[in-house]
Amino acid sequence: MSEGVYHPVLDPALAPPFPKAVLPVLRNPQLRKNVAHAIDVIQAKRGRLVAEKTDWQELRSAGAAIRTHALENLGTYLEQFEERCTAAGGTVHWAGDAAEARQIILNLLREEKASEVIKIKTMTSAEIQLNPFLEAAGVRTYETDLAEIILQLGEDEPSHIVVPALHVNRAQVREIFARRMGLKDLSDDPHALTAAARNYLRRKFLDIPTAISGANFLVAETGAVAVVESEGNGRMCLTLPRTMITLAGIEKVLPRFQDLEVMLQVLARSATGERMNPYTSIWTGVTPGDGPQRFHVVLLDNGRTSILAKTTERQTLRCIRCAACMNGCPVYRQTGGHAYGSVYPGPIGAILTPQLMQMHHAQTLPFASSLCGACYEVCPVKINIPEVLLELRSQVVDQERREAVRFFDPMYLGLRIANVIFAKAWLFHAAQFFGRIGLGLFTRKDGWIHSLPSVGAKWTQTRDLRGLPQQTFHGWWATRAAKPSGEAR
Amino acid sequence: MRASLFITCYNDTLYPETGRAVVKLLERLGVELDFHPKQTCCGQMHANTGFRAEAYSQAKRFVRIYQDTETIVIPSSSCVAMIRDQYPGLFEELGNEELRKQFAALLPRVYELSEFLIDRLKVEDVGAYFPHRVTYHASCHGLRALHLGDRPWRLMDKVRGLEQVPLANLDRCCGFGGTFSVKNGEVSSAMLAVKLQDIVATGAEFCTALDNSCLMHLGGAMHRQYAGMKTIHLAEILASTEGHPAEALA
Repeated sequence: MSEGVYHPVLDPALAPPFPKAVLPVLRNPQLRKNVAHAIDVIQAKRGRLVAEKTDWQELRSAGAAIRTHALENLGTYLEQFEERCTAAGGTVHWAGDAAEARQIILNLLREEKASEVIKIKTMTSAEIQLNPFLEAAGVRTYETDLAEIILQLGEDEPSHIVVPALHVNRAQVREIFARRMGLKDLSDDPHALTAAARNYLRRKFLDIPTAISGANFLVAETGAVAVVESEGNGRMCLTLPRTMITLAGIEKVLPRFQDLEVMLQVLARSATGERMNPYTSIWTGVTPGDGPQRFHVVLLDNGRTSILAKTTERQTLRCIRCAACMNGCPVYRQTGGHAYGSVYPGPIGAILTPQLMQMHHAQTLPFASSLCGACYEVCPVKINIPEVLLELRSQVVDQERREAVRFFDPMYLGLRIANVIFAKAWLFHAAQFFGRIGLGLFTRKDGWIHSLPSVGAKWTQTRDLRGLPQQTFHGWWATRAAKPSGEAR
Repeated sequence: MRASLFITCYNDTLYPETGRAVVKLLERLGVELDFHPKQTCCGQMHANTGFRAEAYSQAKRFVRIYQDTETIVIPSSSCVAMIRDQYPGLFEELGNEELRKQFAALLPRVYELSEFLIDRLKVEDVGAYFPHRVTYHASCHGLRALHLGDRPWRLMDKVRGLEQVPLANLDRCCGFGGTFSVKNGEVSSAMLAVKLQDIVATGAEFCTALDNSCLMHLGGAMHRQYAGMKTIHLAEILASTEGHPAEALA
């Protein structure tokens, strides 16, 4: 971002921990305003369109059932997809990790002698950090999704999986376009901005014969790939180029073509608050004389198989990337996406990112939630995100509690002591007694605590705490029981 | 009717007036209340912070203490949600079949306070008097985990003198989240600031809820900011009468 005070790092291996990463964001009124405004608009649209569906809960159940079935039989459906896609003239490649996927794509581009490539918005390519890799290898990448153009030209990073430039407002877009497209007199009228983008893109569509896409769904039954979008840039990439390379996570497969009936309904309403997204492209291999004549699908694992192996965590892979969870999340509404240090922000990112990192990075993300449950409530495929967050939290604690430095960490120490205390009522009561004396030292005459040291300071930085009352409830109960009749009637 | 009060660790320590109000209210309604002296904590703090082994011991303890109890009333929606939503998974993971069975038999007898009043006692008018402007904060666990629905409003509707003021963005979290409020203290504070704006905008004298953990968060900020409002647990409003007004009014 041109005037940004920070540059977001979306590599989980390098990103700062979440509580630290949020600080510049929370101090940035423009960014917070942009995020909250955009979120509120999407949420209101979604709310209206979900409310008009009387069978919304049944649709969610159907969505969850389809995705669960596909994942439980993933091997079968992936092989079926490969067979049908190949029979229709496509070529399927299997990539175990990000590096392999990048290399496969680069090799394909070299076969095409491509020095430039146009791209349909794909978060999976951001996951494997494809653009910087290709640029370093001498292949210029051109994003064609409006939001992605804004980010690419603004040298910024996506902060949302459906609306990647959600944190940027119209005036900022104008500034980026004016500077990078050399349009001094550009206004911030939306029509003028889209016209500028259209002019910029039109030449790329006509000149560059190689395209890269992601996939919203793969259909095992027919070998088809489905991409949904709002702007028509995807449709352009699917008609003009000679060669199309589709990168898709292995979890994207659906068993039957008919399953799209449910998935497209829940996706559009959840993602953009529309009954149907404007452009839905479904293509099967190669059709002579129509669209790209060379077609490759790169199927990416990159940690997905290991997620599939785990009972509670498996549901993460049901995700259809609608972003309803981040739009509904009260944490995301304050922080936006960059603080998550991953191309997958928000609640789904908080569970997906550390798992894709095999729990070696992004361990602060499972704690980046108040467990309010709004994400689960809106998820169109019923991923119980709070349940997975808790599972991952316990894994992180199990990792960390073995580290010597954690032994005297106030949080770890406090929770270990609390566990001992809660095991015996008399210990609990003694702790209450000593706690009252200890906190009494910090309690002012008005009966409130205004400032605490250590972990407590994290509380008192913005809130007071009422001093502990002289008598506990159980203490009151005991004195009351000792009297002949209850006095509080 | 007999019932046993699980007061919860933080109500016992920080908000005994809520416990006293529950006693006053339920005894007024003819409930014979009992208090198990060995009770401590449901394990929510440990479970939600990732200390699962510790949460196990608290959960086991809860089942041991209450397995023979007829009915358990808990004036805290998040603790009820812990028991209802997290205990089954914990016991399953623990692989203790006997404990799992004991818990399955116990679970239908665990009630959050408003559930107990409406579903078990079948009462909406508890004979309360509270002549004040009040806004209700629907704590996330009450709203999404327990699905308390309109129970709190049905109870408040029958409180004489009480003027309800609706709260905007009712389904939005206050940002407490237990240890989240210190582990991610700044984000939590940002969420709190937004919530407090909505609450203060109601112009109510009191913000009420069925969970003192949210109220501790909101009340702490109200006190810090001289917001001119107070928090009060719904039990204290429902216990309040002309003869014996809520302690918060003293």
